[in-house]
Amino acid sequence: MGAAQDHVQVSGLRITAPAAGGQETPIVSDVDFTIPRGQVLALIGESGSGKTSIAQALMGYARGGCRIAGGGVRVGDTEILTLDASQLRTVRGSRIAYVAQSAASAFNLSRTIMDQVVETAVGRGLISRPAAEAKAVSLFRALALPQPEAIGGRYVHQLSGGQLQRLMAAMALMTDPELVILDEPTTALDVTTQIDVLRAFKRVVRQQGATALYVSHDLAVVAQVADRIVVLQRGRIREAGDATQVLERPADIYTRTLMAAARPPAQASPQRPAPQQAPPLLEVRGLTAGYGRVEAGVPKIPVLRDVTLSIAKGTTLGVIGESGSGKSTLARVIAGLVAPAGGQVLFQGQPLAPTLSGRTREQFQRIQLVFQNADTALNPAHTVSRILGRPLAFYHGMDGRARNRRVAELLDLTQLPAGLADRHCGELSGGQKQRVNLARALAADPHLILCDEVTSALDTVVGTAILDLLAELRRELDLSYLFISHDISTVRAICDDIAVLYAGQKVEMGPRNGFGDAPVHPYTDLLIGSVPEMRRGWLEEKEMAATLPPLATAQSANLCCFLPRCAARVEGLCDRLPPPRIVLGGGNELLCHHDGQALQHLQRGRQSAISP
Amino acid sequence: MTPTVPLREESMAKPASTAASRVRHWLSGLSTSGRVGLALVILWLVLGAAGPLLAPYDVGAFVSPEVFDGMSTRHWLGSDYLGRDVLSRLLSGAQYTVGLALASALLASATGAGLALTATVSPRWVDEVISRFMDTLISIPSKVFALVLVAAFGSSLALLLLIAAATYTPGAFRIARALAINLNQMDYVQVAYARGEGRLYIATAEIMPNMIHPVLADFGLRFVFIVLLLSGLSFLGLGVQPPNADLGSLVRENISGLGDGALAILAPAMAIATLTIGVNLLIDALPGRGRRITGGR
Amino acid sequence: MVHGTPRNRSGIAAAGRLILRRLGSALLTLLLVSLVVFTISALLPGDAAEETLGQSATPEAVAALRHQMGLDQPAHLRYVRWLGGMIKGDPGQSLVANMPVGQVIAGRLPNSLTLAGLTAAVAIPLALAIGILSALYRDTGLDRALNLMTLGMVAVPEFLVATIAVLVFSVTLRWLPSITVVREGIGWAEMLRGYAMPVMTLACVTVAQMARMTRAAVIDQLSRPYVEMALLKGLSPSRVVLVHVLPNAVAPIVNAMALSLSYLLGGAVIVETIFNYPGIASLMVNAVTSRDMPLLQACAMIFCTAYLLLMLAADVCAILANPRLRGQ
Repeated sequence: MGAAQDHVQVSGLRITAPAAGGQETPIVSDVDFTIPRGQVLALIGESGSGKTSIAQALMGYARGGCRIAGGGVRVGDTEILTLDASQLRTVRGSRIAYVAQSAASAFNLSRTIMDQVVETAVGRGLISRPAAEAKAVSLFRALALPQPEAIGGRYVHQLSGGQLQRLMAAMALMTDPELVILDEPTTALDVTTQIDVLRAFKRVVRQQGATALYVSHDLAVVAQVADRIVVLQRGRIREAGDATQVLERPADIYTRTLMAAARPPAQASPQRPAPQQAPPLLEVRGLTAGYGRVEAGVPKIPVLRDVTLSIAKGTTLGVIGESGSGKSTLARVIAGLVAPAGGQVLFQGQPLAPTLSGRTREQFQRIQLVFQNADTALNPAHTVSRILGRPLAFYHGMDGRARNRRVAELLDLTQLPAGLADRHCGELSGGQKQRVNLARALAADPHLILCDEVTSALDTVVGTAILDLLAELRRELDLSYLFISHDISTVRAICDDIAVLYAGQKVEMGPRNGFGDAPVHPYTDLLIGSVPEMRRGWLEEKEMAATLPPLATAQSANLCCFLPRCAARVEGLCDRLPPPRIVLGGGNELLCHHDGQALQHLQRGRQSAISP
Repeated sequence: MTPTVPLREESMAKPASTAASRVRHWLSGLSTSGRVGLALVILWLVLGAAGPLLAPYDVGAFVSPEVFDGMSTRHWLGSDYLGRDVLSRLLSGAQYTVGLALASALLASATGAGLALTATVSPRWVDEVISRFMDTLISIPSKVFALVLVAAFGSSLALLLLIAAATYTPGAFRIARALAINLNQMDYVQVAYARGEGRLYIATAEIMPNMIHPVLADFGLRFVFIVLLLSGLSFLGLGVQPPNADLGSLVRENISGLGDGALAILAPAMAIATLTIGVNLLIDALPGRGRRITGGR
Repeated sequence: MVHGTPRNRSGIAAAGRLILRRLGSALLTLLLVSLVVFTISALLPGDAAEETLGQSATPEAVAALRHQMGLDQPAHLRYVRWLGGMIKGDPGQSLVANMPVGQVIAGRLPNSLTLAGLTAAVAIPLALAIGILSALYRDTGLDRALNLMTLGMVAVPEFLVATIAVLVFSVTLRWLPSITVVREGIGWAEMLRGYAMPVMTLACVTVAQMARMTRAAVIDQLSRPYVEMALLKGLSPSRVVLVHVLPNAVAPIVNAMALSLSYLLGGAVIVETIFNYPGIASLMVNAVTSRDMPLLQACAMIFCTAYLLLMLAADVCAILANPRLRGQ
């Protein structure tokens, strides 16, 4: 394809960031690519790959302190990097539009959505305000937003993440831009929301005939939208080419690493201990928890409702749920940080006190908590040896040489160099921090580790290595994990049993094999079916979720919590009676009015795509 | 994904680095105005500590036949309304101003931070009682509060120290509590709770080290406020009482020279200004403090 | 605050409840303040009876007067009586002026309010302009110059500003009178000349404070993602600041203003003294020097009430400016 036909051409792009001593350090070097008119190019990379910087450079923008140091960007006939500030303004928001990663923070909280959507178009005098509002409403409709006539009058806090992300797309498309830049537009969304947003984006961008640049770290998402793919690592291009070629026949070793990490292989579960008479290691019975005043055993803002589960010694229980499902609260209740409103937690058959003050040191020691974000989980004022040494001194009374020796052992165990002991955690990489985080838990000699989204803040390659480490430690130390995640493929890769939480209720629980095929709970079905597969055309194959009519009756606490979104609900039954707990043949126990056969029938079409 | 360039000065300093090189590193990160501020602060600390040793004349001695004399080689800053040496009186006054304000600010910041830590790790009702009490005190404007206290207890040096400290403790508490409450929610503190650690350990080992920098900056601000408060009180005749005199008293006693634009009144006023501006410049230049608020006397 | 269900009426009711709660909290604080003020002044060695009669009085005379003034009653009863008087607008008898405190204050309060009002009228627009300008031109020469200026103004004692102003404008240039005369029937020009220097001095400090806090509030917002989005929408920097940032910065800015305004009443002590201005701040200083406790207590309560009222007003503004709190 000749350069003359390419709509967008980036050549020799260099971007620098300020570094210590007035120096500059390059964050993007020698980046060249072109986008033919009307096509979608995806920039793929991990954090620090420079993908957002490149995307914003297409609008002549560099974030605080950074500088576009060289190269050229041509969009149509315009050399973007030669424009002055006021010329850039006329290009931005009209010819080139931007959709930011987190719409919830990219919209202004104190102005209505409509004000912000029409702002550029009306402010430039391109269109009158009433005409602009009419156009916005038609875009809202095209993006399948609810109540398109009224939604513009709302404020950010009145809308959900998926709605905001679509509204932001509408804002971008108001001026019929020739180039749309989408910067991780679905990353902040739950997987079941992501699919609809993705579909809406794809359709509308195509209808408008715009060229698009799609920035993402997620290869499977990119596979659904991109015509071409550029793979970045540390500010340089590793591989560029046609989407099908890159996905099916990746030429570069780094691309292959990324693809492998995106699909973690299932860890073989160790010999499951024969069912013993001994009580399970951890048992949670009828747990209800939340915030605010507790009335009749139910808190004002309930987060968990009547959750029962158990973990046998040496096994891993995965808890999966989307944001707001209460999965993190579950870990905090077990750790004693949040007092439950009702129910019981038993450890080795002994009931645990609801609050910290009632627990013994032995109980503290045997249950350890590992948080998602190692940046905030490690005290920045302490060195690694102090972080690891404290539990040793606290639980085991170790000091001096014995403690130092044990710290070295722990670093070795978590595959960290011994020289790290004297460093502050601010000097470590993300993966190293998470290993220290894990090592601190191991220092206690626990029986159970509560892992709260331990890989979510990490790049996939690093996260996969942490998962491997977890599996290895479990084999060596006979640990049990409660593994909390929003990502079903991660959970299925390393867990023996899986519990699915939705809106604070445990809707399904069973051995992981029971999650490979139908029948499963309708929510589990939606969850599994929403994970994009790494092949083109998957999005088109997925049938649109039918738009459900609004519920006739008000949602009540006793009814199925998934009712408003359930495609399989039965009028007159599901909205009247609380769902019974049923047990399927595969051992899965779920909360639903349907029996196994009915669910099997409903879910027959489902591919068991990620069965282990 | 902005590339995060690891730039945190302190944490990047290699453990092997000597104290001297660390100071050099810190200085090199300071802006010009910050260095000016640092120089002024050091100057006044030295003058405050060694003032009387440097004074050319006795503080109370009548050494010049002229009153409100201008600069001369004998009297660098001229003479005051009684013919005393202004430079000598200024150096002595600086001792009172710097010394009193430093002690008061230390007391206020330490009390404020201590109460804030206590309120943070204690049961909720303790926090509510302390916070309500501090909210009450903070709604009495500082000068008004100080005046009421002076009226009730008088103004000996020790009382002035306590009064100034009491006046600025609620503000210090409010800042420190906001910091401590935020830190208390951090995951690493929650992990420490889940480990079974006691409150004292959590307050001193987990929370305190991470609030020390902003608390130090706030201490600098308290110092400025207290310098201004004490000199204001002395200027009104309610602060340091004769025969002792701080910089504010010097302005007051020479007020009759205002019409002549006497150095005896301008010098101490400028002395206070350079001290407080110096501290403010330094705080303003501290990393991460640039946009913090330096207002609200 | 219900996610996704906007209801105008419930939103307004929620905002109303919030405002009522703030009002209640302010009243409670005021009550506690009165307790603190009363307790501190009750700790005073000696009492009003001794003060009034002087050192030569016989113990019997003191006791009689004490009884007459109700000083022999237990402290909590005296507190209740004092508080009752305060609420009714009768804080007692000024010992020095030998007339009701209410009258003494009534003569002075309008002057203080005039001074504060004039200063606010000058200071608020100036502070907003400086704060917004330096935030807009952040890290440029203009910003650094303004920053240095406000920093200096915040740190300098008022008596330095006042003395320099007197030196320049009355002594050297002879443009303005060095004391401010307040009396009936003076012309506007005369009055403005008289007020120029006190207003200038007070404005110096308050402008600097407000401008710095305004700048800080605006810059805090400038680092938020919505600002980057607004720039990438092609909006001009000035539109971003004026239309997008300011509505979000209202709460801290209004708070800064309330703080500064409260300072204009109670903090004017030194300015009123230097320019011999008959306001209540200098009245309070007189009360301290003459140990006129009823007058002192009344002045202190006026300042605290003013502070709480201003803070409450700032809170209400913040609630009304936040769509989350005000409904729609």
